[in-house]
Amino acid sequence: MSDTKNETTTRTGVRAVEFVKSLDAKAPGGPIEQRWDKHRFEMKLVNPANRRRYTVIVVGSGLAGGAAAATLGEQGYNVKCFCYQDSPRRAHSIAAQGGINAAKNYRNDGDSIFRLFYDTVKGGDFRARESNVYRLAQVSVNIIDQCVAQGVPFAREYGGYLDNRSFGGAQVSRTFYARGQTGQQLLLGAYQALSRQIAAGTVKMFPRTEMLDLVLVDGRARGIITRDMVTGKIERHVADAVVLATGGYGNVFYLSTNAKGCNTTAIWRAHRRGAFFGNPCFTQIHPTCIPVTGDHQSKLTLMSESLRNDGRIWVPRKKGDTRDPRQIPENERDYYLEERYPAFGNLVPRDVASRNAKQVCDEGRGVGPGGLGVYLDFADAIKRLGKQKIAERYGNLFDMYQQITGENPYEVPMRIYPAIHYTMGGLWVDYNLMSTIPGLFVAGEANFSDHGANRLGASALMQGLADGYFVLPYTVANFLAQVKPGGLSTDHAAFGEAEAEINDRVKRLLSINGKRTVDSFHRELGRILWDECGMARNDAGLRRALQRIPELREEFWQNVRVPGEGGELNQELEKAGRVADFLELGELLCIDALHRTESCGGHFREESQTEDGEAKRDDENFSYVAAWEYTGNLARPELHKEPLVFEYVKPSQRSYK
Amino acid sequence: MKLTLKVWRQKNGKTPGEFKTYQADHVSPDMSFLEMLDVVNQDLILKGEEPIAFDHDCREGICGMCSLMINGVAHGPKQATTTCQLHMRSFNDGDTVTIEPWRAMPFPIIKDLVVDRSSFDRIIQAGGFISASTGSAPDANTIQVPKPDADKAMDAAACIGCGACVAACPNGSAMLFTAAKAAHLSFLPQGQAERHQRAVNMVMQQDLEGFGNCTNIGECSAVCPKEISMDTIARLNRDLIVATLKGLEPTVEPAAAKAS
Repeated sequence: MSDTKNETTTRTGVRAVEFVKSLDAKAPGGPIEQRWDKHRFEMKLVNPANRRRYTVIVVGSGLAGGAAAATLGEQGYNVKCFCYQDSPRRAHSIAAQGGINAAKNYRNDGDSIFRLFYDTVKGGDFRARESNVYRLAQVSVNIIDQCVAQGVPFAREYGGYLDNRSFGGAQVSRTFYARGQTGQQLLLGAYQALSRQIAAGTVKMFPRTEMLDLVLVDGRARGIITRDMVTGKIERHVADAVVLATGGYGNVFYLSTNAKGCNTTAIWRAHRRGAFFGNPCFTQIHPTCIPVTGDHQSKLTLMSESLRNDGRIWVPRKKGDTRDPRQIPENERDYYLEERYPAFGNLVPRDVASRNAKQVCDEGRGVGPGGLGVYLDFADAIKRLGKQKIAERYGNLFDMYQQITGENPYEVPMRIYPAIHYTMGGLWVDYNLMSTIPGLFVAGEANFSDHGANRLGASALMQGLADGYFVLPYTVANFLAQVKPGGLSTDHAAFGEAEAEINDRVKRLLSINGKRTVDSFHRELGRILWDECGMARNDAGLRRALQRIPELREEFWQNVRVPGEGGELNQELEKAGRVADFLELGELLCIDALHRTESCGGHFREESQTEDGEAKRDDENFSYVAAWEYTGNLARPELHKEPLVFEYVKPSQRSYK
Repeated sequence: MKLTLKVWRQKNGKTPGEFKTYQADHVSPDMSFLEMLDVVNQDLILKGEEPIAFDHDCREGICGMCSLMINGVAHGPKQATTTCQLHMRSFNDGDTVTIEPWRAMPFPIIKDLVVDRSSFDRIIQAGGFISASTGSAPDANTIQVPKPDADKAMDAAACIGCGACVAACPNGSAMLFTAAKAAHLSFLPQGQAERHQRAVNMVMQQDLEGFGNCTNIGECSAVCPKEISMDTIARLNRDLIVATLKGLEPTVEPAAAKAS
């Protein structure tokens, strides 16, 4: 990383001075299709006999973490893998439904590595690094091979060959799938590979264990501090390299499609220790989720967006129309996506579909409890194709909808509303997936990733497995080859200090004994972020949030009530620690959203739109990755910029009219 | 709706537990069962009592982390439904609902409704995989899998490892869990090389953990949220017979069980 200090006045005036440093992505040059091969050859290797002398900590056991831990174990490294669930098989990758992209071109329909690369860069609204995305497209084909060898039961055609489908509006059929449970099956593949290594003794697994801090020695990541969630014991673990594969931070919004336990603690503690946070404001909203039913709502359930292939989205033309939807005549319905986007209709990208739903609900035309929903109507499709055909295509989704809402979607239109689903932002990493802290690698959704400002459907699974199976095993080895193994014990002062800090924090949380529950703070934070930093953002709203979040954080530390003790299973204590970190991350999210005055991908600034209300990018001023450095003052992080250069895909305006 | 809850409370594995009664007065039919418990817990915390500990994560019916015996039935009254996907409209105003943890020796209680299911992980570690190290795979389409086989493999692979089968079985048997994994892999050509050895190794660990024997009662399949068929058990038994005829012995060291 080379630093040049440029004193400029910020565009937003939040900070008086903005420090601009340039980050070295270490992306190799030369023709893009040769870069990864060339880099792989140039990277250093560790002799097989020496590998067991190196210890690698992997935090998280989802697609990225599970795959990395298994593969590093196979290669002979000494791996310690941690997860907060009771088994590594339960990581949240399991919930992905739709599928995984790969540039196999088995359909002979014009797909190629270059096309997958192109689609991903363009779909990400030109805010991703070309070299990384090309590598992702390249290794996508190896992922499918590996998963089939492991026994992942992908869908097959009658000839016994792999089936594919088109997903998320892609022009080619490149998505591999295992019914509606693709994430589960890929995760079980990684989990089984991991289990094999646990049995072989190369990986030691620590389930129900949460990472609470990162330990640096001489500026290098050398270990972590964990809490055993059953006994409450705080423990020290030393390593030669640390991999964080702890997923996204969507739960900062409280209501999201993430699992309840998903949290930002691992990456946030690493950020506080010096890892830069990339593009925190790039969050993705999924348009086809089941709407909120009341204050008791604990999470939101996503339904595959394949539903939009046959369902028609509409709201009543009249405000506050509470008639049974079936009684509303055709001419009083507004099929707003079909009207506004005749070329793509109901299949416009996720961000466009979501924003339009918000807009019609803001106009008072939303349906269902609280007016936060729009209809997704299958009546025409059932008339055209028959109920049986629809049941074949969407039966499991219709069942799920009925189970949750008690309404029969074959008879009454579904109600849907957008929800937070994925975070493109995360810890900044270079081409080797190493953060700004030497020896700290970040993979999967936890890094700021290859998806730019918007992720395409079926690409999250691809990235997680690419990082875990095919990137980290090379780049971590390259790092290890340049350092001496071991030579450090957990008695080092840095471990003692970090542990003492954690013990203090636990003690403090347990001693406040205030009047509000952890959940009530989390809900309030989520509400602020959803209102001011959700589907649409503006200067005034973000400033309101930046006023409100520090106040809420202050109140949390004065007035939260955490019952029980530290030395036992204490789920409220676990939640309290996570919410304390969300209360800090939430502020950075808004600072980033305020500074980026352009609209791009999932980040829609109301001030930056075209005449017809579409997102307007500002390439001249914002064609960079915003990497934020923690300064000790949450209100004043330091901004560093990694400029983005596009040699192969020329930035253009997305249009779906 | 108003409900009376009889909930199993137990401080830890070493302390005896007991049922405690709670009133849930503001239950909406749109709540999930776990959201109902969330609301009860919020009240308990504000009253200065300890909230009820229970396992949960995705709340979408796929991660397998949630559990609970509800009125004596694993995952409650609805077929093919995990507790997190069970909604309160399945109950009536005024009902008394009894909530217990999974009860089986190989699932020791950690606290309240939370149990230790690591025995399942050790069964998989004993052989529930195909040995295919990263990088060794041929092109995916060189392996053809007839569609009916792929579908049957997928049916078995749908197991979420929740443990309801064990909790429901009068013998505390884990055969449906073990058999589902064995069937998933044995229906596929990739899984043939290790097929019989896998069966021997997994069953060895399963027995060591203290799970009971299968006597074909079928409670397991009846409560399974993914409707895994008992056919998988017959298939595993056939593989075990073939393994016996081949004279196969376990090839892995048994991992230490937690219970016992």
